[in-house]
Amino acid sequence: MSALELLTWARGPGLALALAAGLFGIVLRVFEIQALGRKGDLATARTITPGSGWRTILSRSLPPPGMFQRAPLTYAGGYVFHVGLAIAVFGFAPHIELIRGLFGVRWPGLPNLFVDAATVATIAAMLAVLAGRLMDPVKRLLSGFGDWLAWTLTFVPLLTGYAAFHHMSENYTLLLALHILSVELLLAFLPFTKLFHVVGLFMARWYNGDIAAKKGVAA
Amino acid sequence: MKRPAANNIGSALREAGISRRDFLGFCATLAAAYALPAASVGAIAAALEKAPRASVIWLSFQECTGCTESLTRSHAPTIEGLILEQISLDYHHTLQAAAGEAAEQARMEAMRANAGKYLLIVDGSVPLGNAGYSTIAGVSNVDMLKEVAQGAAAVIAVGTCAAYGGIPAAQPNPTGAVPVSAVINDKPIVNVPGCPPIPVVITGVLAHFLTFGGLPELDDLGRPKIFYGESIHDRCYRRPFYDQGKFAETFDDEGARRGWCLFKLGCKGPVTYNACATTKWNNGVSFPIQSGHGCLGCSQPGFWDMGPFYKALSMPTANVEKAAGIAAAAGVAAGAAMAVANRGKKAAAKAAHAPVTVEDLEKKP
Repeated sequence: MSALELLTWARGPGLALALAAGLFGIVLRVFEIQALGRKGDLATARTITPGSGWRTILSRSLPPPGMFQRAPLTYAGGYVFHVGLAIAVFGFAPHIELIRGLFGVRWPGLPNLFVDAATVATIAAMLAVLAGRLMDPVKRLLSGFGDWLAWTLTFVPLLTGYAAFHHMSENYTLLLALHILSVELLLAFLPFTKLFHVVGLFMARWYNGDIAAKKGVAA
Repeated sequence: MKRPAANNIGSALREAGISRRDFLGFCATLAAAYALPAASVGAIAAALEKAPRASVIWLSFQECTGCTESLTRSHAPTIEGLILEQISLDYHHTLQAAAGEAAEQARMEAMRANAGKYLLIVDGSVPLGNAGYSTIAGVSNVDMLKEVAQGAAAVIAVGTCAAYGGIPAAQPNPTGAVPVSAVINDKPIVNVPGCPPIPVVITGVLAHFLTFGGLPELDDLGRPKIFYGESIHDRCYRRPFYDQGKFAETFDDEGARRGWCLFKLGCKGPVTYNACATTKWNNGVSFPIQSGHGCLGCSQPGFWDMGPFYKALSMPTANVEKAAGIAAAAGVAAGAAMAVANRGKKAAAKAAHAPVTVEDLEKKP
């Protein structure tokens, strides 16, 4: 199979397979979580705080007082990595074309220089948080296979995308194919790994914020 | 076929009215293409001038004659075209005057007289599905290719059909078309793909053979690295617009009028390796992207089967909605099954629950 054939497979059947696996897993897990159900809350809410769940979704992204100073690498690295990843994924014109091809929505792309800088920052932040996780004995103890897998599945698409963009090999076609395949791997594994937090965090934070508000701890 | 009286290429070109200045200009182009120093221009000119008129047999199989047209009709007269004329082109369907048995006789004579030394140029793919799909003088393409290649010094597969199968080999490939390299494996083969190939690339390979007595360095797809070493995208004059994120969205919008990047309109420049963006066509006048149309990727294997021409390279090549719909439905079904199983587990736990009273807790063990 030539590099171009691999690329064509990745853009066609490979993408369909990855999307199907990802969608199947996401629907399955969302459905399963929702179907677990909760007993009806018969108590009167202590405080009436509409929107507490929604506010919690945002407030949980901010560090609690004093925490940034205690774990600067975790917070700074985490912010740079997440924001940078969002810029790389949603700001690069070819990615927007893919989204347009899949869902029909589009928006203006960012200049490549900006996306490139964000990608470099993201890669650096990911390496920094990995080093932090490896060097901190507590974090290392708490880390399991799922953590290393989630990091790898996220890092490889970034690295292959960066290498493809900068033509780090004579065979650009192969790099592009590997980049798309690595994204497809990420997509297929997303629902079944800790990466599911991209979906699950919204449900979990909303529920926690809402239930806490009803008990008198409004966000 | 025009047969000049001259016995070497230099004198033949002079007879055809090509000035020394033009000839040296052509040699300088070749030197630049082959990344040789300027000082080598004189040596190339001397070698090319004295080069004997190599015998060339040109076989046309499943093709459209576009490759020959590209070479002979690009501009008249070009040195590229003239070099083709001045080599001893002993057999070429389209160009030769002889027909029928006389033509075949010329081929046999050339093969006999220059055994082991002649160049074989092939354009068009070879059908393996049925011998009768494409024949010449009653001989199937595959048999003729094997017969002529046997005594050839080297084979040049001109055009994407001969190099990689091209359009005849596109799905569903009704004739079982294959490239030359699928039939011949004991001779050096140079692929000069393109639909059609750039004239100076064809003659560049010929000139290399005549000047240096061998074939140029090839890439992993059998193409001369000097012409196919870089992608169209990397050498495209519209590349800065790609970097700035400026794209034409349709063929007649403001971006198209301003000459912005054609990536979103399906340009395959990033994955296509050829010299279009540097040598250009029609004596360096233009090339497809300069004319406002994206690259189709015609010099790559699988040309015609690598997704829609007008979809960006990052877009899906197939319709994925069906797979997504089935997956979502399967997800709902699996989720429902899991929910039922979880509720069963919950009910079982509830049934197995043994109430504990305060008295039980206060009992001393």
